[in-house]
Amino acid sequence: MTGWTGKVLRVNLADGTIRKEQLRTRDAEAYIGARGLGSKYWVDEVKDPMVDAMGPKNNLLFVTGPLTGTMATSAGRYEVVCKAPLTGTLAASNSGGYFGPELKYAGYDMIVFEGKSPKPVYLYIYNDTAELRDAAALWGKNTHETTDAILAETDPDAKVACIGPAGEKGVLFAAVINDKHRAAGRSGVGAVMGSKNLKAVAVRGTKGVRVADTAAFLATVRAAREKLAANPVTSAGLPAYGTNVLVNILNQAGGLPTRNFQTGHFEEADDISGETLSATLLVAKKGCAGCTSACGRVSKTTGTYAGSGEGPEYESAWSFGAACGISDLSAVTKANFLCNELGIDTITMGSTIACAMELFEKGLVTEADTGMDLSFGNAASMVEMVKKTAAREGFGDRLAQGSWRLASEAGHPELSMTTKKQEMPAYDPRALQGMGLEYATSNRGGCHVRGYLTSPEILGLPQKLDPDSIEEKPAWLKAFQDLTASFDSSGVCLFTTFAIGGEELAAQMAAATGVPYTADDIMKAGERIWNLERLFNLAAGYTKASDTLPPRLLNEPIPTGPAKGKVSRLPEMLPGYYAVRGWDESGVPTDEKLQELGLSRL
Amino acid sequence: MEKVLLISPEKCIGCGSCEMACSIEKEGEFRPALSRISVHRFEGGQNVPMACLQCEDAACMAACKTGALSRNEQGVVAVDKAKCIGCRMCVMACPFGNIGYNRVSRASFKCDQCGGDPECVKWCPTQALEFRPADTANLQRKRAFSAMMAKALEEVKG
Repeated sequence: MTGWTGKVLRVNLADGTIRKEQLRTRDAEAYIGARGLGSKYWVDEVKDPMVDAMGPKNNLLFVTGPLTGTMATSAGRYEVVCKAPLTGTLAASNSGGYFGPELKYAGYDMIVFEGKSPKPVYLYIYNDTAELRDAAALWGKNTHETTDAILAETDPDAKVACIGPAGEKGVLFAAVINDKHRAAGRSGVGAVMGSKNLKAVAVRGTKGVRVADTAAFLATVRAAREKLAANPVTSAGLPAYGTNVLVNILNQAGGLPTRNFQTGHFEEADDISGETLSATLLVAKKGCAGCTSACGRVSKTTGTYAGSGEGPEYESAWSFGAACGISDLSAVTKANFLCNELGIDTITMGSTIACAMELFEKGLVTEADTGMDLSFGNAASMVEMVKKTAAREGFGDRLAQGSWRLASEAGHPELSMTTKKQEMPAYDPRALQGMGLEYATSNRGGCHVRGYLTSPEILGLPQKLDPDSIEEKPAWLKAFQDLTASFDSSGVCLFTTFAIGGEELAAQMAAATGVPYTADDIMKAGERIWNLERLFNLAAGYTKASDTLPPRLLNEPIPTGPAKGKVSRLPEMLPGYYAVRGWDESGVPTDEKLQELGLSRL
Repeated sequence: MEKVLLISPEKCIGCGSCEMACSIEKEGEFRPALSRISVHRFEGGQNVPMACLQCEDAACMAACKTGALSRNEQGVVAVDKAKCIGCRMCVMACPFGNIGYNRVSRASFKCDQCGGDPECVKWCPTQALEFRPADTANLQRKRAFSAMMAKALEEVKG
């Protein structure tokens, strides 16, 4: 095989056996890799979507794509796949950095972890050699300490993906952190890793990744890179200001959710913007493997919130900033650093604190519960709550469950800004109608990177759509969701889709793998992956009723800012969405659709 | 005309395109471990690409006892695989680590500037790598620095 290495490493954590096996070629062609192929393996092997996410039967997969580790456009990515403890859906958390390519260079497309280790271990891979090592001395260490300790005892050129204390303690939105600063952040994949007593995966690879037709491959990569270089987002916006370039843009559109989505406009937005970050805390810009945009931010804070690391991305600047009514960029950045060190998803963390702040202001939790003032805007408390959450100490133990469980325990689940129990990111569905449909239908719950309609609705890419219109959104969303599923599965960064689409991905995939992918094949594979995830959710107990948004977004008009007066018109869009998906009125894929995609019900 | 590889670490974003371009050209696969150029990434965000600078007084050549290393007309220190006996004295001698040893091909390997058209330069997205005439390679640095001076002068005058 080319593109794919053709090898899977299977690790049984219960008995410590490790074996290599051939990749299932037909499934690889149909589900590509990473998110798609990992999900297919999970479903075929674990079979039962009702399995306990924190139990030993939940397989945990680290999966690359066929383009990971090649010079394809921004192809430095891999995916962590398992059943998610936060949502009960399939988790597929995507991360960049250098870990994914290194796994390919060691000769593997994926690692499948089964069972639970009787004691803390980490996996060390050096090409063909793979062994489980004792991690007792690493248990309790944060992700930076863990990474440094493993590099010292293995190989300084190894790449490490690990969990911090949050993953060990089962924080339901614990992340897997690789290369110290990149996160497979969402849905609690780090908690699953912790439940298996698996502290880290360290890999060193000195082999190579081959492509089917080198000349054709380099020509397609060159052509695609030229499109990235000509696109204003990938060549200017992201390099100059990182993803945080969006704070001011979304605020000007009235779609920057503020104080737990109570409004869509934050008066002090510019204080937490990418422009301000660049002028104050930014140290350097950084690219993941093979990336020409370098949206990564190396930053440094001083004073009360002194620290150094990477970030904040837009979503993190929003979650710890606008969502909590906080305009102190140093505090926001410090919270981001802490999340990377402790191994926590920044989006759910910030949004859960925002929910707690609203509960606090409404008297639904009190200072007796929280141990401190937790009003909106209290930066010191926000930073403190991040630490307490990772340690599951005091009120942090309640925050560690995410906002849906927190608000439900307080008797007000409607104050949790989640879909399918996962916190929605930084786009107000009342100001961006398409993003509301995206959140409601996302297969992993609240998520912006399953079908990023912000691109047409706000950035005008590939063409401008009115954010307030609804008619064309179902068809656009389906196309974006399907395309995104294929990009995620290939190993290429989603951010390239501002500039390139199915044609460019198909050309790179075909030249790399030798499988004659067309743009239609790419869209079809994406649709197959999307429907597989949907079938999982239906078998895991989700129904049409969960394809919804918090009532606030459906019923309470945005009170201030440019999108004042708007509500989400989700109910008007949902039937059209089911129709373009080929699903019945209950949101269940029809037999014809499943046959067309080669899927069967779970 | 002799040209040199000019490395500007301050422009490097650490993407490793150079490593992939080099290894696909030289080894036929994307394989950073055998790339003639490598990027070293540091905690503070600094990235430093490292490749042979074709030293005038080349320690590797001096260390080689079989004549496997010699300088060609382009000024490049080249490896003659047929003469290389795999003693790795050159690897030990290079103060920068810019020559490696391939255990499969049983010969030392290093940057040969791709015969005058380096692939790493062609694929670097930020011009952190450039290939410039050897006798004037320094001039653009002078230009960049003098431009800052000029701006300062303008501000002082203005």
